[in-house]
Amino acid sequence: MTGWGELDRFLQTDPRDVGCDQALHILHVYVELVLDDASGAEAARRYPGVAAHLLSCGPCAEDYHGLLLAAQATPE
Amino acid sequence: MAPIDAPAAECGAAGGGLAAGSGAGRAGPDDETAQWLLALGGAGPVRELALARLHDLLLRIVRAELGRRAGRHAITGPELDDLAHQSADDALLAVTAKLGQFRGESRFTTWAYKFVVLEVSSKLGRHFWQRPAVVFDAADWDQLPDRFGTSPADHAERQDLAAALRRAVEEELTERQRRVFVAIVVHGVPLDALVVQLGSSRNAIYKTMFDARRKLRAALAAKGYLAGSPQEAGLDGRGTRRS
Repeated sequence: MTGWGELDRFLQTDPRDVGCDQALHILHVYVELVLDDASGAEAARRYPGVAAHLLSCGPCAEDYHGLLLAAQATPE
Repeated sequence: MAPIDAPAAECGAAGGGLAAGSGAGRAGPDDETAQWLLALGGAGPVRELALARLHDLLLRIVRAELGRRAGRHAITGPELDDLAHQSADDALLAVTAKLGQFRGESRFTTWAYKFVVLEVSSKLGRHFWQRPAVVFDAADWDQLPDRFGTSPADHAERQDLAAALRRAVEEELTERQRRVFVAIVVHGVPLDALVVQLGSSRNAIYKTMFDARRKLRAALAAKGYLAGSPQEAGLDGRGTRRS
């Protein structure tokens, strides 16, 4: 991908994006849905706005990955 | 912001909403969650023991999380240990203060770990400004094409991209959008660090960036640099210009 293509991808926005507050509010639920279905499809189906946000927001995606690893490390 | 169960509507960063959902499909709390709630909701030695156990768990998660993010911060030694303990302490306070808000939509530990992961992000954001030399200058604009994968050998593309984006930033963005965009994209300030500097919130900074990205894409598309679309041109699906 060229620099323009990468810039284009960076500037694109998803109207379903719910923003940080709502994504973080439900993040623990979202993570457990991913634990139940590692593909993430069910989580994205139930919370498309959160899925869109996590693709676009670096800090929230970082928190999501951290919480996913933490939850995985705790046996159910 | 819209309520949690709102259908997709005008809310959030872009107007999207959380789709209706009632948690991870749990009929009720699992045994371990029930035990945590019983112990933490009680009093005396049982509660004290549960608090100590939870603190140990949170501290373990903090240390793992700081280790996972080691390439993105330079904190080591006693300072790292202090930060770990502060994060675990503050997360424990938040968990106990908000225990009544836990709705059983996940395991208790997953809910509790969220607080400590967020504490790590917040504290790393504050720590960014404690580094001895955080220097930004106009030369950062020259490095911008590197962030978008432009080959150093492609001088024409590098110059075009940097010049077009800089012009759009100067002409299209509000003063606050420009300040946030330049700090994050040009100078590479972490978003959580900018939150601290501006006394704002992650959500507010993200929303500012979201609007800036949309405006910049529309401007660059209008000038033929990027492929346009009604959405990126600031129009909704009905061709009505959004405010």
